[in-house]
Amino acid sequence: MTEISRRKLITTGLAAAAGVSGLGVAARFAQKYGLVPPDHGGLYGLGETLTYAAQRLLTRHSMAREFSRSQISERPLANEIAPFNDEYKRLQAGNFADWRLTIDGLVDRPTAFSLDQLKSFPSHNQITEVACEEGWSYIAEWHGLPLHHVLDLVGTQPHARYVVYFSIEPAWWDSMDMADALHPQTFLTYGMNGGELPLGNGGPLRMRVPRHLGYKSVKFITHLTVTDDLKKFGKGLGSASPEGGYAWYAGI
Amino acid sequence: MSTLESAHVPLEASNSAPAVPAPTITQRHSLLVRVTHWITALCFLALLVTGAEIVISHPRFYWGETGNILTTPLFKIPIPSSRSLVPTGYGYVMPDQNGWSRALHFQSAWILVLTGLLYVIYGLITRHFRANLLPAKADRSWPSFSASIKNHLLFRKPAESEAWSYNLPQRLTYLFVIFILSPLVIWTGLAMSPAFASAFPSTVTLLGGRQSARTLHFFISIALLLFLIVHVVMVYLAGFTARMRAMITGRTAASTERI
Repeated sequence: MTEISRRKLITTGLAAAAGVSGLGVAARFAQKYGLVPPDHGGLYGLGETLTYAAQRLLTRHSMAREFSRSQISERPLANEIAPFNDEYKRLQAGNFADWRLTIDGLVDRPTAFSLDQLKSFPSHNQITEVACEEGWSYIAEWHGLPLHHVLDLVGTQPHARYVVYFSIEPAWWDSMDMADALHPQTFLTYGMNGGELPLGNGGPLRMRVPRHLGYKSVKFITHLTVTDDLKKFGKGLGSASPEGGYAWYAGI
Repeated sequence: MSTLESAHVPLEASNSAPAVPAPTITQRHSLLVRVTHWITALCFLALLVTGAEIVISHPRFYWGETGNILTTPLFKIPIPSSRSLVPTGYGYVMPDQNGWSRALHFQSAWILVLTGLLYVIYGLITRHFRANLLPAKADRSWPSFSASIKNHLLFRKPAESEAWSYNLPQRLTYLFVIFILSPLVIWTGLAMSPAFASAFPSTVTLLGGRQSARTLHFFISIALLLFLIVHVVMVYLAGFTARMRAMITGRTAASTERI
């Protein structure tokens, strides 16, 4: 063995050892600071984890871009939705007077809010863009209340890590980490462009998560659960999206 | 020729029998250049295929901040769509492939960006860019450039020296792809991420809005695709086997002929 190749062997060995232990440290760090998405397994887990970790570090407190009134789209596009189910139609017939948003899980006071109750809290507005993963987008003014407001009311417990939210449509649910749940622009919306929230756009109640693509803004919200473990829900991937092949983290 | 490359040469040359060729001839591409080249090739192909898949879900392009089927597009690609909401004139809807396409697109982008960073850092440290890609001093003139272009357009047989070095248009093209097109395609791609845009809003506004970023991303990708096509055609014309051998084993055909 020549001098050069022995030196090379030692250097390579050291570099490999440093690399492996570096990865181990990085993985422990990522777990500790909540930088690993629930759908980190599988073929694309590397990409999902890198994206989520990088964006979580860069965007923990950043604000989604807001626009001027003149930039609001003339015709806000209502994307395709499945036909309303019987439960929705029954509530619609009663003008949504019986619509409830139930909140449970890791909260001190599990509560069911009516739409009138939600509307009785101070209303907030945001003019933000809905961007679909397909490529299209529109801007609308959204009226509602920040999610953190209702989370404060029910009292989330300290070990809460995620908020899981469910549509009245079965199998339509999603979740977000506390950075998004407590973000001031994450809204429970009940109005759009000065009026009621059109049914096609998610009325009577839609989650708005403007730092994510449109599919994170689930329509027809009836139920929130605060949790520290997403494995308990569905296939344990964090939302219905990864079950259909889409990423849980939708910030990109 | 970098110090790293020449450091390998004595070892390799000693394995290969009597005539010891000059280092510049045996070692055409360094190991790092070859490995990063093929990782890049693989990732770029994955990005192209998945990018095309994603476009199929909305083959319309806009300028400005917003755009959707209710607004006038800048242009449309006349293909069927994987979404029934998009009016394409075709009576059918393609299967939705966006889930895995998006996942593979971003994963390939990550691997490609990290590989590219490694390549650029290596290129700067070993003076690979200065030695092999920056036009040689004698070539940095208009007559030299136009003569080189003329030789290309007339399909004149390249000088033998070009088997182990890049000519002027080649150098300029590679520099343009590495230092102009690649950063632009990364920028316009990231500008489409709502979370990234929340942290760095000017990356979107400088481009004229979200939809402008998407349209520019598309055109830059087309430019990169054109580069790939010309690149492969040139490799074919210049001698496919020899060039492939050079990028896989690191050795040129010229050197084997001389041996």
